Amino acid sequence: MSEPILELKNLQTHFPLHRGLVFKRHTGTVKAVDGVSLAAQRGEVLGLVGESGCGKSTLARTILQLVPATTGSVVLEGRNLTAASAAEVRTSRRALQMVFQDPYGSLNPRLTVFATLAEPMLVHKICPRDEVTGRVAELMKMVGLAPRFMQKYPHEFSGGQRQRIAVARALALQPRIIIADEPVSALDVSVQAQILNLFAELVRRMNLSLIFIAHDLSVVKHISDRIAVMYLGKIVELGRAAEVIERPRHPYTRALVSAIPTPDPDAERARQRIVLAGDPPSPLNPPAGCAFHPRCAFATEKCRAAVPPLERLADGREVACVRVQEI
Amino acid sequence: MPLLEVSGLRTYFHTRNAIHRAVDGVSFTVEKGETLGIVGESGSGKSVTCYSIMGLLPQPPGRIEAGSAIFDGIDLLRCPPKVARSVRGKRIAMIFQDPMTSLNPYLRISEQLIEPLIIHEKISRSSAVRRGVEMLEAVGMNDAARRIDRYPHEFSGGMCQRVMIAMALITRPELLIADEPTTALDVTVQAQILELIRRLQRELGMAVIFITHDLGVVAGLCDRVLVMYAGRAVETAGVRAIFYQPRHPYTRALQRSIPSTQPKGAALFTIPGLPPDLSTLAAGCAFAPRCESATGLCLGQDPPLVEVAPGHASACLRVQAGEI
Repeated sequence: MSEPILELKNLQTHFPLHRGLVFKRHTGTVKAVDGVSLAAQRGEVLGLVGESGCGKSTLARTILQLVPATTGSVVLEGRNLTAASAAEVRTSRRALQMVFQDPYGSLNPRLTVFATLAEPMLVHKICPRDEVTGRVAELMKMVGLAPRFMQKYPHEFSGGQRQRIAVARALALQPRIIIADEPVSALDVSVQAQILNLFAELVRRMNLSLIFIAHDLSVVKHISDRIAVMYLGKIVELGRAAEVIERPRHPYTRALVSAIPTPDPDAERARQRIVLAGDPPSPLNPPAGCAFHPRCAFATEKCRAAVPPLERLADGREVACVRVQEI
Repeated sequence: MPLLEVSGLRTYFHTRNAIHRAVDGVSFTVEKGETLGIVGESGSGKSVTCYSIMGLLPQPPGRIEAGSAIFDGIDLLRCPPKVARSVRGKRIAMIFQDPMTSLNPYLRISEQLIEPLIIHEKISRSSAVRRGVEMLEAVGMNDAARRIDRYPHEFSGGMCQRVMIAMALITRPELLIADEPTTALDVTVQAQILELIRRLQRELGMAVIFITHDLGVVAGLCDRVLVMYAGRAVETAGVRAIFYQPRHPYTRALQRSIPSTQPKGAALFTIPGLPPDLSTLAAGCAFAPRCESATGLCLGQDPPLVEVAPGHASACLRVQAGEI
């Protein structure tokens, strides 16, 4: 197998909490990302799912070096970004780009579409100035926007169109991997479909790798090759997309899949839903051992005793549950 | 007789440049104890319809131009304010989308929770607090007697939504209007909240209007469904009929757009074009410009909502003519 384009090795992002102004006391640590190891292949779409507080957004920001990692490494095309200088990280931004969740907040309202798309090209000096307009027009066409709108401002577009601009901005430097953090959550179903199709087409055409973060499992299943499930800063399950959703092995993944409402009245009324007790735990005060055990129907003493490692099963699936073979 | 009967509701927003016809001739009924789902995308008018009924519309720029909303013989849109106040908050309650912003951050939960009781019922404060604690326990809050004195920011999103449900149901209303109450919540928390609403509905025998864009939630929760597009009602039927025999091109297109119903790897079906600008609606069916079955007749005539099968109405001329 060829070398992965992006490799995360035991990545941890911890945020210390302090009390007091003059004499700071360390009162706690938010372990947002707590030991994530993952590899993304060239041209692969890797879906990352989890609920609020699981650390998926912090993970995205850590990969992009927007937030410093506490320990562990982020290796992009063989280069270790966590140990790199600021100048090297800047250069790496050409290969690694991000699309954010909020189409209304991620675009500068005072810049025209042209200025937004030209900015990365000018900053990284990837082409002579007189070519910029032509490239901006091409980018807009690539995402399905008419180039004649390039002098308009973000507020003149709909949510779906703004998200297309955000995708165009991410493509401006011809990256090899894009991290999309909930790119369609704020959009209506019919518009979601358009943006998902756009991503799928770009991945195919440009052999892009895509890390697709979302909480909507049906969306993630459709577009991803593999899916990783996160819970309280750790990956609890990893495998081929359709299989993880149709035959989930980890108890949390099972509950997550069970909670998705399906548009089929008879099936909905017949199904036995797993309704989890309690709220998701706080990363400030994680449970001992397996973070999911307080809410798990299958928990035993050994679940409380030690943190379960992510282990590979015979069929290639990776699951972090000591009881996975029994349940 | 239905519990609530809305007829010909028209709510327009008058801005400097244009008139936005947010709700443009919507009629529906809700029977005692039933759950009606109102489905539509952003801009369909589903929230404005319910805000109009509840008197939560900012007037100006909003204005209820026409229509009636008869609740137990009282027209909520025309009755004296005193009568309206005796119904809203007491017999009809509403919960909203984002629980973190719908609760007053300056007041303890106890104050907010007992406010409807203090206003609508003549009971002492201590009795009201006792009812408040009971209600919080009913919605699944542990240690309610102690936590009732906390502030909203001390609770998670799911817990805040439970508090809001407790506030809405504390007067044992006959009708609950829920405006996208689970859209901002995680899917496992959503499952808990929907389960809670189902249980309380059974216990109180109340009717529910559930506004959402999520067809999966509608399938599991609702008895009947109203589909809205561009401020109009385009289809209404029982939940099984809406999903298994949809009779409007928009409803059919909406169901086709859901990712879970489509094969992996294939491009997703998309409805071409964009929802219309509600200030420049031309005559004719609002969906016609995007409809794959539209004919010249569709662009010329405003289609009325007509029964096309028992208990099933559609605002599509071609469906009414039996063509599609």
